[in-house]
Amino acid sequence: MFDLFTDYTLRTVAMGAAILGIVSGVLGSFTVLRQQSLLGDAISHAALPGIVLAFLLTGSSEPLPLVLGAGIAGWIGTLCVRAIVRNTRIKNDGALGLVLSVFFGIGLMLLTYTQARPDASQAGLDKFLFGQAAALLQDDVVTMAVLGGIAIVAVTLFWKEFKLLSFDSEFGRSLGFRMGAVDILLTTLVVIAIVIGLRTVGVVLMSAMVVAPGAAARQWTDRLGVMVCLSAMFGALAGLTGALLSSTGARLPTGPMVVLSASVIVLLSLLFAPRRGLVWERLRSHRRTALRTEGARP
Amino acid sequence: MSEAQLVIQAIAMVTAIACVLPGTFLVLRRMALMSDAISHSILLGIVLAFFVVGSVSSPLLIVGAALMGVVTVVLVESLTATKLVAKDAAIGLVFPALFSVAVILIARFADDVHLDVDAVLLGELAFAPFERFVINGYDFGPRALWVMGGILVLNLVGLALFYKELKLATFDSALAAALGFSPALVHYGLMGAVSVTAVGAFDAVGSVLVVALMIAPPASAYLLTDRLSQMIGLSALLGVASAIGGFWLAHLLDASIAGSMATVAGLAFLLAFLFGPERGMVALYRRRKRQRWDFAQVMLIVHLLHHEELPEAVEENRVAHLQEGLRWEHDFTDEVVGRARRRGLISESDGLLVLTELGRDSARRSFAA
Repeated sequence: MFDLFTDYTLRTVAMGAAILGIVSGVLGSFTVLRQQSLLGDAISHAALPGIVLAFLLTGSSEPLPLVLGAGIAGWIGTLCVRAIVRNTRIKNDGALGLVLSVFFGIGLMLLTYTQARPDASQAGLDKFLFGQAAALLQDDVVTMAVLGGIAIVAVTLFWKEFKLLSFDSEFGRSLGFRMGAVDILLTTLVVIAIVIGLRTVGVVLMSAMVVAPGAAARQWTDRLGVMVCLSAMFGALAGLTGALLSSTGARLPTGPMVVLSASVIVLLSLLFAPRRGLVWERLRSHRRTALRTEGARP
Repeated sequence: MSEAQLVIQAIAMVTAIACVLPGTFLVLRRMALMSDAISHSILLGIVLAFFVVGSVSSPLLIVGAALMGVVTVVLVESLTATKLVAKDAAIGLVFPALFSVAVILIARFADDVHLDVDAVLLGELAFAPFERFVINGYDFGPRALWVMGGILVLNLVGLALFYKELKLATFDSALAAALGFSPALVHYGLMGAVSVTAVGAFDAVGSVLVVALMIAPPASAYLLTDRLSQMIGLSALLGVASAIGGFWLAHLLDASIAGSMATVAGLAFLLAFLFGPERGMVALYRRRKRQRWDFAQVMLIVHLLHHEELPEAVEENRVAHLQEGLRWEHDFTDEVVGRARRRGLISESDGLLVLTELGRDSARRSFAA
């Protein structure tokens, strides 16, 4: 634990994981409430062709161009989902699955095209698929913090609009808000939250980070403000725990450890959160039956 | 074409058809993302089965993987049943957790054996012809072809036997339940088929392409037809086209076959989305445009009918007046009058518009309707 303050790699990784946990926790609250949990899955997969193209165009693996490429591709992916759902009879799940797999396939094709040797391509892809937290540099963390900070400031600025969008979009429209634009703005922020996590957690698991903290926080409260703060805390906790745990033993990959920590938080919340928790629910029904049988006795 | 190329295309085609059969029902039943969840979590099934059996080539790995697919479905459903999280969140919580456990187990205990996470996710069809199915030293041919062929036959038999039940449970589950078909049985049967197909297919083409093949061709077919039987047939055709097109695209670019197949399947969807005869964007746009002109022509002939044979007709039924009376732009008016005249609804003499017999009938009918 003391290493956290002395070990450069561990400190960088832990900070990166915590930042990504906070940002995805905040934005994830909204995706969970709007029942768009799997949008994150689609965005993170759709980011792959953007990463490859950015790498092709700039020829560097600097964080900013790659994040930008990932963001643009992820954003285009969400627009495709929107266009499909609006203009065809294919529902949200079909559109997400389609965009997710096709974009990822395009990314895979581009990546293998750019790298002649098949084994070299696989080695390079590893980083994006599962993240490579150990390779995080201070530069990466600064990029993550700046982008994440922008996203969180935007959430506070548009708090009222996002709240309306999550709970009663029609009412918002009747008040004169342009809910379509608000929707696109919120989705853009979700894209930001996802792309800053790709290097740490990876494409495959990043989707969990915009679901798990929000779903856990939802169990503890009925107030949006409290939920978003809790979700950010849970996200940070999962990030830190995962990073620390993976540093303790050899061969414990960071991304999966972070996701697993988040899953444990969800499980505990589902079981023990006051009022909604399954354990209390079970106890309550048990007590009700006990009372009833007692009352029935002569 | 070399023999290996032929074999790869055959495997790709068989895989594509095997995938679209359950995929069609996933798209129709709005459960498309279960394929994503299952195709990821089966990795854990393979890892656990590997620990039990101790070999990467045992057929028991497939059994373990298929079981884990069903476990995923059960977990998602029991999580949804608590009503604490919505269904999509339940999917998004379950499969990353299972997948994470699998990746950690591999990294920790199985790094030295050939259980490659990349290979599971991405697949490498190019190597498939060289993995042979050998019994007692006799070579029966490529293993993937046998596995996928078997799964395809299984899916076809299941579809043929339960076509009516699947159809009814998909389009009217209440009626299906009332008639005594158990929707739960149909549901789990379908999920079992998805699991087995995903397990067989990811070995050859990787788990992400499994999702692409299960979703993209049926989604495209859904835009092209209204009949279930046609949708299945079209999906299979599109799947085969994606398989062969993808193979040659990959050959051309020297790129991943799985990725190229997904790309072609996506292109096919884009074409259906834009140019589908009934529901495509272009058809929709043209229909809207035509309706606008049709509506304007109806307004014109009704206007003419309204003032016909009255003293003010000389004033009202003039081209120049229409711009004022109906508040139409000059060019728009000319276009509408031109179209109506070409259709024989009106005739024009000295700037005065007169309804023809046909035009008068149409105008009266618009009133009656």
